[in-house]
Amino acid sequence: MDVGLLSQYIMNGLMLGMMYTLVAVGFTLFFGVLDIIKFSHGDVLTVGAFTGLATYIGLRSVGVSSTPLLLLAVLVVAILAMAALGMLIARYLVLPLRSAPALNTLLITLMLGTVLREMVRLFYPQGANPKPFPALLPTDSINLGQFNLRLDNAIMLAAGVTIIVGLRLLLNRTKLGLAIRAVAQDEETARTMGINFTAIVLITFAIGSALAAIGGVMNGLYYNEINFGMGLLLGVIGFSAAIIGGLGSIYGAILGGFLFAALQTIGAVALPFASAYKDVFAFTVVIALMAWRPTGLIQEKISERV
Amino acid sequence: MSRIVRQLSLFFASALFVGALVATAQAKERVKVGFIGPLTGGVSVNGIGGRNSAELAVKLRNADAKAKYEYELVVLDDECKPNVAVQVATKMAADKEIIAGATHYCSATAIATVDIYHKFGFPIIVWGAVLPDITYRSKYAEVHRVNGTMIDQNDANAELITKLGFKNVAVIHDTTDYGKGHNAYFSKSLAKLGGKIVGTFGVTADQQDFTAELTQIKSLNPEVVYFGGLTPIGVRVRSQMDKLGIKSVFDGTSGIVSEAFIQGLGPLAEGALAFREGASTEKLPGGKFFLEKYAAQKYDNPPEAYGAFSYAAMDLILDSIEKVGPDRKKVIEELANVRDRDSIIGKITFDDHGQNTVALITKYVVQDGKFVEWDDSEYATGRRKLPGQK
Repeated sequence: MDVGLLSQYIMNGLMLGMMYTLVAVGFTLFFGVLDIIKFSHGDVLTVGAFTGLATYIGLRSVGVSSTPLLLLAVLVVAILAMAALGMLIARYLVLPLRSAPALNTLLITLMLGTVLREMVRLFYPQGANPKPFPALLPTDSINLGQFNLRLDNAIMLAAGVTIIVGLRLLLNRTKLGLAIRAVAQDEETARTMGINFTAIVLITFAIGSALAAIGGVMNGLYYNEINFGMGLLLGVIGFSAAIIGGLGSIYGAILGGFLFAALQTIGAVALPFASAYKDVFAFTVVIALMAWRPTGLIQEKISERV
Repeated sequence: MSRIVRQLSLFFASALFVGALVATAQAKERVKVGFIGPLTGGVSVNGIGGRNSAELAVKLRNADAKAKYEYELVVLDDECKPNVAVQVATKMAADKEIIAGATHYCSATAIATVDIYHKFGFPIIVWGAVLPDITYRSKYAEVHRVNGTMIDQNDANAELITKLGFKNVAVIHDTTDYGKGHNAYFSKSLAKLGGKIVGTFGVTADQQDFTAELTQIKSLNPEVVYFGGLTPIGVRVRSQMDKLGIKSVFDGTSGIVSEAFIQGLGPLAEGALAFREGASTEKLPGGKFFLEKYAAQKYDNPPEAYGAFSYAAMDLILDSIEKVGPDRKKVIEELANVRDRDSIIGKITFDDHGQNTVALITKYVVQDGKFVEWDDSEYATGRRKLPGQK
């Protein structure tokens, strides 16, 4: 295989891994603070992408044509709207079920995911159709043999890395991060230290959902197409990525996200059977990994979570 | 007379009046007919277009004073999923009040349900699915189809791209019966004409990311990328081809002939090829009539590519019931004798497998955001060129 082709596969895999990671980090954050699994996360991503698209169409119709401004508006509106949605979900669906078995939360968010998905399909104009998403990043590309390096992909990768590094800094270097980590470690003790438990949970859900919004917009910018069902598989993959990495650990989510993307790419390219089986291959490896390390590749330490 | 008594008598008087009205309306016997199509999910636009068209046929018939029966349309959703289709088909076929049905847009659901219709003796007319096996795998008296099969369209497809001087083709198809069928028939036709398949890639019907497959295709450097599948992933494949800088011709099937394909891609749809059996709706014998009546109903969705077929299927069912009465067995017998029957899609003739013979294939190319018939397009006259066309 020549170098150009290999680089193209690596680039494809990195982009895919970045989107999985953004979703997986959300799963890990929610599990960290509340020990729950929020299955509507993938569909929050879809709603975020559609919110971004609606913002774009709205601004275009009132005559805004500056691309950087549009991009900024799309991102800001999607992030704020999803952060608010995440807080609403936490406040009215997740927190009231605190004392119920964790399965109830899982079930209720699974249902919510279906509701969100179907609402996009039914209430977005012609929502059942795939929608074109505008290319808001410069689309210049350099063709190096078989490798087509696009500027927008490079920008998205860089942005993704920045966001994850930023999140890491937020969690480790700020008072808010300290509070989140405290709640993640021990709710009771955190409360006695004067930390507002509810506020911290809401903020964590806002952060996680904002990441999903970024993932959704990134998905739109990368594929230039979004549809109401895009969050479903992304949610499942993001969840699996968080699990194989080690639920509760940010590094685990990152590792899991990129590992899953790598498995899919290998499944499609290097294995002798039809590429339709790439998901079968990737999930089979996930099953094997789970059997080998039930708590994930990066095992949770008692002293540190999130 | 006290107020209560007065009110009561008024109530009974109006009840009598309403009852009389209902009685007049019920003078005709009510007969149920069915429709099944994908009303939710990725291809739901086509299903809803078909549903509206079938509903239109029923409405027009009910408005006709000469009709012997009052028809009621029972609509079920197969979601384009075989497992769901089996359930709804059983539900419909088991309901003895439903006499016949226009069923299925997706080949995967139609092929999964033909045995059920046979078992229950429920006459159906397929309105959109193109897999040959639906009518030809078994010889069921219950199963008919007004639209053509995918064999003819793939012959026409291979012929056109060979004529344009293309030799090397990469195939992407979904791994349902529909996509696999397209792959098989297209590969066969192309091989006959001397073309070469440089690579074949099966993908799942809900896949988002095709960059791995397309990167491999790029390295194979084909002149044409043949796509055997439906609109949603067609849109993704075409737009991701552009991302990876693949300049090949995008060669689709009847599965991408829909407004949604063009809306989903915008300018990128330009130059995409597609093939469909039968003339385009406007050029059908009853096309103008159909489109006018459809527009008058002010539906949110267009009828899409197979709306006219759905209308014709339902109309044929209603004709048969009018003629022989609401009896499944008699309707099956009646449908077996359909020869040169006039309809909005032209003459309908069922062969011994219940298959309508549709010889005409319409070739399409997307030009300026519309599916234009190839022969009328600027690509055919040479004013525009497909990528790589000599």
